[in-house]
Amino acid sequence: MHLSNLWYLIVALFWVGFFVLEGFDFGVGMLHSFVGRTDIERRIAVNSIGPVWDGNEVWLIVAGAAIFAAFPGWYATMFSTFYLALVVVLLALMIRGLSFEYGRKVENPRWRSTWRWGLTLGSALIPLLLGTALGDLLHGLPIDRAHNYTGSFFGLLVPFGLFTGITLTVVCLFLGATYLTLKTTGDFHDRLCRLSGQIGWVAAALIWAFVTWSHLGLGRGFVPNPLDALAVMAAIAAAWLAVTKQEGWAFTAACLAIASAVGSIFFDLYPHVMVSTTNAAYNLTVANTASPSYTLKVMTVVSLIFFPVVLLYQGWTFYVFRSRLHSPKEAGVPKMAAAGGETVTATRASEGEDG
Amino acid sequence: MSTDLARWQFATTSIYHFLFVPLTIGLSFLVALLQTSWYRNGNPAYRRLTRFFGTLLVINVAIGVVTGLVQEFEFGMNWSVYSRVVGNIFGGPLAMEGLLAFFLESTFLGLWIFGWDRLSKKVHLACIWLVAAATMVSAAFIMAANSWMQHPVGYLMNSAHQPVLNNIWALFTNPVFIWGYVHVVLASLVTGSLVMLGVSAWQLRRRNEVEAFRRTAIISMIVLLPTIVMSLFVGSELGVIEGTYQPMKIAAAEAQWNTCSSHCSFSAFQVGGGTNDQTPTQIFNIPDLLSILATNHVNGQVKGLNQLQAEDVKLYGPGDYIPNVFVQYWSMRVMAYLAGLVTLFALWGAWLLRRQKLEHAKWFLRIAPWVVVTPFLMNTAGWLLTESGRQPWIVQGLMKTANGVSPSVTTTDIWISLVVFVLIYIALGAADAYLMIRYGRKQLEPGPDEDSNQTHHEGGDAGGESSDDSESDRFPALVY
Repeated sequence: MHLSNLWYLIVALFWVGFFVLEGFDFGVGMLHSFVGRTDIERRIAVNSIGPVWDGNEVWLIVAGAAIFAAFPGWYATMFSTFYLALVVVLLALMIRGLSFEYGRKVENPRWRSTWRWGLTLGSALIPLLLGTALGDLLHGLPIDRAHNYTGSFFGLLVPFGLFTGITLTVVCLFLGATYLTLKTTGDFHDRLCRLSGQIGWVAAALIWAFVTWSHLGLGRGFVPNPLDALAVMAAIAAAWLAVTKQEGWAFTAACLAIASAVGSIFFDLYPHVMVSTTNAAYNLTVANTASPSYTLKVMTVVSLIFFPVVLLYQGWTFYVFRSRLHSPKEAGVPKMAAAGGETVTATRASEGEDG
Repeated sequence: MSTDLARWQFATTSIYHFLFVPLTIGLSFLVALLQTSWYRNGNPAYRRLTRFFGTLLVINVAIGVVTGLVQEFEFGMNWSVYSRVVGNIFGGPLAMEGLLAFFLESTFLGLWIFGWDRLSKKVHLACIWLVAAATMVSAAFIMAANSWMQHPVGYLMNSAHQPVLNNIWALFTNPVFIWGYVHVVLASLVTGSLVMLGVSAWQLRRRNEVEAFRRTAIISMIVLLPTIVMSLFVGSELGVIEGTYQPMKIAAAEAQWNTCSSHCSFSAFQVGGGTNDQTPTQIFNIPDLLSILATNHVNGQVKGLNQLQAEDVKLYGPGDYIPNVFVQYWSMRVMAYLAGLVTLFALWGAWLLRRQKLEHAKWFLRIAPWVVVTPFLMNTAGWLLTESGRQPWIVQGLMKTANGVSPSVTTTDIWISLVVFVLIYIALGAADAYLMIRYGRKQLEPGPDEDSNQTHHEGGDAGGESSDDSESDRFPALVY
């Protein structure tokens, strides 16, 4: 196997990892304004992703940088094609990223609600636009002989692309809801369970429609690829598991669903990386955009050494912060802190609020 | 037109990004020092100081990280031809930066912020050191990539006459990289220590927690004095090295239009000297200094812009190869003169420290908060000197900036993005400044020893630290 194929796989894995990991924290970001009835509940939701969201976002940066190093031609065409869309993505990433640290630092209600809605909107816009971009890669865009995009911003809003974006955003929403059921207790937890059961069916229906469209609509034949089939089955299973309140399994299945849905885009795209609707001869492919083999060798060695380490310490973070979050009243009881050991450590933060 | 606009956008966004980067590199190192002191001697004052300056650090890391995203995307967005042609070389360090530094920094920063009560003291201390190390690793990769643009190495031209990487080590042994990287790390430590000193001085002048803030004033002085002196020398050596590979950059920085064969004097201040006025009114000259700065010898030759231009035309064909002389001349002087003033200021502080009068020195404490502005001016000037001095090249001698822009991105597109970025950066900068002033003027949070209202301890935690936040928003960590 030529190394460029391996790097296509690695790039695809980074995108899949990004949509799984940041997928649930996008979901939590979108949901927290609506499911949290009090400031405390909203705060529990945000803190449930507080220690991990930034590490999750690095998957996107590395996905982009891996494309840059391994497929410079793809990086050049893709990032200049989606120019204005990426400006909006960057805006959303900036406001969302700062809301975690800045939102809580000032008491003023207007300051807080500005950052809160920044987090909510930003969390929705990013998967919507990036999902649309991935759908566009598969659908194809007007690209000329020199691999430059010849359309306008509105030319990017291809129905299939938009539908991919909407599907992935709703699946992120579902993923966030199931994640929160693992992170909460009491009345808040019960409400989230009901909610994730409801969103689950919508997400499953959208994934089914997405798979159907990508096959029948884009003329890729009737037989779904294995990842498509997996995406639909996992999404249905996740919805059912959410309804029957098997929280851990529902979250696992939802992760599998979004992973295989994103994976199927790259599965269908191969060996192309961007499709030209102008002329099939202008398609960008793995072969005609890849870096020479020396660069790929260097990158392979570096990744083989360091990526397993990254997985280890990122996994360890999830282990450290595995416990459920308690509302201050529950957490304020010292017994609970001692009893569970790993369950919870109480918070004086909240006691400060209680007076 | 669209090249100029794309340059304006890249310059604006990267200067802005580079306001926060040196601060976070320097401050994370200093916060790690404070936490190490707490770990080693158990003095609760250091814990309170760690949290106080940790908050200031986190406020700036947040904005440094998100503005870095823009930089990462902009190569492909605005410079697609550049990315397409040199991505196989330039993209490598960037991908390594993500894999080796960004993951490390973001993961362990999350662990550090939220881990006060979840991790043992030792592991928690390791987290902040890993964050500090990651910021320096990150700087190394981006400097290696940038130095390749100043002095391309480790590549061959293939049959299609395009550069292809053939030696990755050459990127990391590039002399421009080695000296440039050391210079940036030193400048970052200067930035971090001046900010810590400024905040400590402000607090000391108001007699707040004198015992505690005296310690941070001392620590920042200990870091500041050697780093500012070393940074002057390393910067000067970097000038000699860049002068070897990019003689235009240095000639323009001295507004040296015609070759001076030896004993060249340094013009400390002059009026004119631009393209249309090649014989400036030099207000103040220092004999021999330019020869020393540019070549390390009193009889060193400094080539003039006119001669270099003629050589470049012969080598690369017709064109204008002279960077903006005004920008070069003044950015060099703003950087160097401010560094001189900061050195004097640091010596003054060291003298006060030796006499044990630092915390009572009214004027020093009054001036120190204002000196905080200088590292940001020096960093910006240094950046301008390096990047503007590379023009008209995007990769020195290999590719011109005008040939690197994205053909499919219109002038309107760039206008929209430029306006959007400028507006959001103004808003975010205002929020950052507001939070820095607010949290820099705050009282230290009470330590565990002064806290009579302890209601719980964590079961079995060896450190026995209770979460002692008097204020819920200091760290959003504590619900876990």
